[in-house]
Amino acid sequence: MKKKQGTDALMKYAFMASALVSLLIVVMIGVFTFKEALPAFRDIGPKALLTGTVWRPGQGEFGILAMIAGSGLVTLGAVILGVPLALGCAIFLSEIAPPAVRTFVRPSIELLAGIPSVVYGLFGMVVLVPFVRSLGVPGNTGFGLLSASMVLAVMILPTIASVSEYAIRSVPQSFREASLAVGATRWETLKRVVLPSARSGILSAIVLGLGRALGETIAMIMVIGNSVIIPAALNDNPLTIFLSRARTLTGNVAVEINYATGLHENALFATGVILFLLIMVMNSTARVLIGRKKWERRR
Amino acid sequence: MRIASIATALTLVLSSAAVLAVEINVAGSTTIQPLAELFAESFESLHDGVTIIVQGGGSSVGVRSAADGTADVGMASREIKDSEFSENPGIVVHTIARDGIAIITCPGSGVGDLTAEQVSQIFAGEITNWSEVGGGNSPITVVAREEGSGTRAAFEEMVMGEALICLDAILQPSNGAVRTTVSTTPGSIAFISFGYLDASVSPIDINGAAPTPANAANGSYPIVRPLNMITMGVPSGMVAEWIEFILSPEGQAIVTEEGYLPVE
Repeated sequence: MKKKQGTDALMKYAFMASALVSLLIVVMIGVFTFKEALPAFRDIGPKALLTGTVWRPGQGEFGILAMIAGSGLVTLGAVILGVPLALGCAIFLSEIAPPAVRTFVRPSIELLAGIPSVVYGLFGMVVLVPFVRSLGVPGNTGFGLLSASMVLAVMILPTIASVSEYAIRSVPQSFREASLAVGATRWETLKRVVLPSARSGILSAIVLGLGRALGETIAMIMVIGNSVIIPAALNDNPLTIFLSRARTLTGNVAVEINYATGLHENALFATGVILFLLIMVMNSTARVLIGRKKWERRR
Repeated sequence: MRIASIATALTLVLSSAAVLAVEINVAGSTTIQPLAELFAESFESLHDGVTIIVQGGGSSVGVRSAADGTADVGMASREIKDSEFSENPGIVVHTIARDGIAIITCPGSGVGDLTAEQVSQIFAGEITNWSEVGGGNSPITVVAREEGSGTRAAFEEMVMGEALICLDAILQPSNGAVRTTVSTTPGSIAFISFGYLDASVSPIDINGAAPTPANAANGSYPIVRPLNMITMGVPSGMVAEWIEFILSPEGQAIVTEEGYLPVE
């Protein structure tokens, strides 16, 4: 009896230690990145860094607004293309698919998550880029936001689909039965009862996908063109903005860190800090959002 | 049996270590890196107990690490800048080979010859259509290396002068990725090391000279950069012997074999 309690205490501390180590790692990475970025904020200034549109390290110009715009737009594109697809998958798997189909389709979708991102990049480079180029429009080379968003949409699909499927399946069966019993169709039940009940889970699935999209690096470098320009429409049609080339925050760091020295290196760390902050802000917003929804429902 | 062989191996290692345990650290340009690995291999097979460790990092890192002693030998695939000489007094530069930078286009651009001036204007974004340089009416897509690459620095110094490469250029982080991009993007133009030329892209003659090692050697092809090894002060001991080996006929044979230009 006593021995068992000893094991309990031991395991308690072991688990606590694991949690502390994870926390410590986050803090250490944060502190290190901020420390390395500090000279950039001091010598370039936060305003020039955040609102500068020209990035020419050789000429001492370090504006990362173009990269913030690039990351933002490519993530937006991935959400527009990927979220409906992923939610469709999740609804099909949880509400419609017969068990036999589900056991076949679900692992296939999960397999998507296991494909290394460099393989997605390669696929994008040799298949999607030529396809996007074939859309025509002068100035469109295929490399750009659309190709990158398409790659990202597929990359975030498994995350969003599996987490939302779980959320939808967690809605008690009695909710569906009650809805059907009062004469609602299956679609009405899904739209009015099941999806609203699973809303917070679906929302967190989308946020998880967003985080993955913002952090993706190598596949983006291979298809987005890496030009340091603020994406702009190629002609009168505003949608052609997605044919524009761009560079992501992650790509900026990965492409240049090998060679960077001095202030250039600090500016790349500052790019990392911005990315860090963006993801932190996003996660906190999501937390607040999810928390509020839960609270409203309980009331 | 096994113990005996381990013991023999240990004795061998220890005895050679006792005689000559020399380690040479080399760091810098990723262009020179594969060449340096070949020099290291052949040199190690000639000298027992010598280990040469070759690392990348880029040309700027090569200069810096030789100067601050992080590496015994630095590698830089471009001319050493005046600022680097003044910041790191005492560095000695050994040009071990030369490398041409070829201008390539996607097959089918219809242009096979440009002047260095035209190339500069194209990369600066002043000339944006192939029709302005004698080709068909199609827009030019500029493909370049990322800021900080030695190939880019050498190209900027020799071709661009004061002009800057346009910001909307597609940037790819290696010679190989640049070549793949150009071979699949109609109307594109880029610069790559001679060592990476192949049939998937069309090389452009500059001022009438084709990008071949022969033209680079006789001076008619203008875009040629030095591949440099850098040491802090005049090298001595095994480092000196290694650099001597690289400059010997045997070392220069490796240079030629790999598609670069030997030095006199």
